[in-house]
Amino acid sequence: MLPPVTEKTDLRTGRSPVRKSVFFTSSKPSLRSLLLWLPAALVAASLLVPVVYLVIRAASGSQGLWETVFRPQNAAVLGNSLALAIGVAFCSALLATPLAWLTVRTDLPLRRFWAVLTALPLVIPSYIGAYLMVSTIGPRGLLQGWLEPLGVERLPSIYGFPGALTVLTLLSYPYTLLSVRASLLGMDPALEEASRSLGRTAWDTFWKVTFPQMRPGLAAGSLLVALYALRDFGAVAIMRYDSFTRVIYIQYQSLIDRSAAAGLALVLVAVTIGMIWIEQRTQQAHRLYSSGSFKRPPAILPLGRWKLPAVLFCGFVVLVSLVIPAANLGFWLVRGFAAGEQLGRHWGATFNSLAVSAAAAVVIVAAALPVSVLSVRRPGRLAGLLDRVSYIGFALPGVVIALALVFFGANYAPWLYQTIPMLIFAYLVLFLPQATGAVQTSLKQVHPNLEEAGRSLGRSPLTVFRRVILPIVRPGLLSGAALVFLTAMKELPATLILSPIGFGTLATSVWGAVNAVFFARAAVPALLLIVVSSVPMGILILRRDL
Amino acid sequence: MKIFRYLFLFAVLLPLAACSPQEETPLVLYSGRSESLVAPIIEQFTTETGIEVEVRYGGTAEMAATILEEGANSPADLFWAQDPGGLGAVAAAGLFAELPDDLLDRVPPGFRSPEGTWVGISGRSRVVVYNTDMLSADDLPDDIMGFTDPAWSGRIGWAPTNGSLQVMVTAMRQIWGEDEARAWLEGIIANNPVVYENNTSIVAAVAAGEVEVGFVNHYYLYRFLAEEGESFSARNAFLDSGGPGSLVMVAGAGVLASSDNEEYAQAFLDFLLGTTAQAYFAEETFEYPVIAGVALPSELPVLESLTSPAINLADLEDLAGTVELLQSTGALP
Repeated sequence: MLPPVTEKTDLRTGRSPVRKSVFFTSSKPSLRSLLLWLPAALVAASLLVPVVYLVIRAASGSQGLWETVFRPQNAAVLGNSLALAIGVAFCSALLATPLAWLTVRTDLPLRRFWAVLTALPLVIPSYIGAYLMVSTIGPRGLLQGWLEPLGVERLPSIYGFPGALTVLTLLSYPYTLLSVRASLLGMDPALEEASRSLGRTAWDTFWKVTFPQMRPGLAAGSLLVALYALRDFGAVAIMRYDSFTRVIYIQYQSLIDRSAAAGLALVLVAVTIGMIWIEQRTQQAHRLYSSGSFKRPPAILPLGRWKLPAVLFCGFVVLVSLVIPAANLGFWLVRGFAAGEQLGRHWGATFNSLAVSAAAAVVIVAAALPVSVLSVRRPGRLAGLLDRVSYIGFALPGVVIALALVFFGANYAPWLYQTIPMLIFAYLVLFLPQATGAVQTSLKQVHPNLEEAGRSLGRSPLTVFRRVILPIVRPGLLSGAALVFLTAMKELPATLILSPIGFGTLATSVWGAVNAVFFARAAVPALLLIVVSSVPMGILILRRDL
Repeated sequence: MKIFRYLFLFAVLLPLAACSPQEETPLVLYSGRSESLVAPIIEQFTTETGIEVEVRYGGTAEMAATILEEGANSPADLFWAQDPGGLGAVAAAGLFAELPDDLLDRVPPGFRSPEGTWVGISGRSRVVVYNTDMLSADDLPDDIMGFTDPAWSGRIGWAPTNGSLQVMVTAMRQIWGEDEARAWLEGIIANNPVVYENNTSIVAAVAAGEVEVGFVNHYYLYRFLAEEGESFSARNAFLDSGGPGSLVMVAGAGVLASSDNEEYAQAFLDFLLGTTAQAYFAEETFEYPVIAGVALPSELPVLESLTSPAINLADLEDLAGTVELLQSTGALP
């Protein structure tokens, strides 16, 4: 079933103008639309908590506050951050687009295996990733050690922009990958078939039909990657790249003036809003609907003689982003064993990590649904605002969010302070856009015709949602859940400050050990982090859910 | 959708499982010091006194900022910080209770808060860590000012964001005066030092030969030696001029004014200042004891005296001046 031609649908791409959904639509405000607006408003309000905190803090600052915030040097540093964010988003797209296409749409050997492995670098904390990179390909790293017999005294420096770009790309490209995969999985094969049957070549069909369908996922993923690079502190610190977060951290670290730190963080909020605005501009007013024959798996294209290069490409990405860091951790471990290190037990931390990350994934995807439905199906100023607000937490360094929640939690909700629900709430503030991005991408593929058909057959909006929409957006929901899960596994600042006392996770174990220079002790939880995360990812991908 | 159902069930049951019944209110400690370093001695305190201690571990700055945000509602009874800066911030906000003299008087005057709000627990010395393949201890200048010599260009590693380095620069400003401290910074910057994130990365980089010397605290090296063995090619040089380059500063702790468990909290500090705990710090974490009469392990040289120059290292206004100086010389962005 193709979209009806009467609506000026572009047959080549399946594009048609935005149509408001009948879902929860009615001429006057009803109880039903309240059911959608109320949770969305609640979610948005909670996301504003950090901004309110920052404004309170900045307002309590002294006269000198704005001098610190608007120092001329800060403009240059902000420029550094933006360059890094754009660079990382671009490089991630270059890696993720072919990976997504290869693992979803082609007969790449072992493609589910590659799909699991290529998503996993997301669980490596950025400071660990950067540290491992330096100890591997740094000027005097492992690689130089191997090359020394050949007379290589020192490798070229990786510090500064190239190093930060490389590390952050390798750690964050899975954001783009998972989003684009969700787009491809939700795509209607009929569109490509129509294009091919009308005589287009495969190459033409890819660029004219497939790629436009991937674009919302690409944009949503790239935004996440850019914001991740913008707020990252660990990798840029080790790579000695003066980014804006460093300026914020210097204020926090020296504990001199929290109000100046708050003022600087507000600048980051403003930049984020600008980036979201750009992303939304690139998302055209056209929607890319699928006709709804979602039960049909996407057609698999034979790679032919491109099979070997494709495998080599996947292998290279996995080697650099996952195998080398993991092997390096293994090296720490073996060296520690040899020195008689006590490696400790990690059952408790492993359980805590898994439990709290899985819980966060469910809660956050549930919270993302009303916000996403509103912004996709009721596009308007208010819904747009809700959507934008949800990105703010993601662009702020974790410690800023954590302290905001400390302020409100300790002083206004002591019964909630430093409990598991509080921790999950912190994850919600930090990670919601990872879920909304993925869910919205899927929702955009649901053609309003389907809802109209369901409604016209006498089903209630909720039934239509459950029976028609939910199955189509399932890849989006699961990819959102997977993104949240993987990042929650490695989350550190909020977990340290807001978890119940004594509640250790794998990420806090890694940090604690590295902090005290017990590298062997850090290797075990770090490797567990990778292995344990691969299990749920593997299940989802093997069940063809992701 | 079955998978969602399971996940949902899990999400609902988890918080219930986490809420186990509590008996007596234990002592709550916020620790800026690492679990691997201090957990054993905290356990020993519990064994000896029967007082349970719950610990939240984190970075010193983050823990201090948390206490500042919590204010009077802080669940913490005690704060144990890695450096005087973190203690000073909490003290300046008036969130520490005054400690009794019998605790304060156990340590030399330079190692406790002048207002009596916190007390030093263990000492660490600033040192120069050097690569043993490229240098010998004799190649190093006696005074940290010697590293401003252009001969050291490109050979130095430092961490200007690090709290301990900032304390050292604060000490330079107090001992040498503002102009000379600035001259030192400008001289070091003119030598194109390699910037690292923290002490750990400096020690690793010196051993790898990325740089030849680095300005660090003394105890990081011993952790590397324990893990990598004697072949690890970096060693400490304790500068002997007695200036800021060989400054001894403390990790310390204080009792929060909001604590309703002051008696136990003081008992905890009393234990940390006792011979058992002090010997633990000397032997296990390679730190300097802050009380007299505790033997040092063979790795640690005896310092001439444990009395730091008469400066207040936790003075926040001074730290602000230091950060300003670091920023105006271009050491910090």
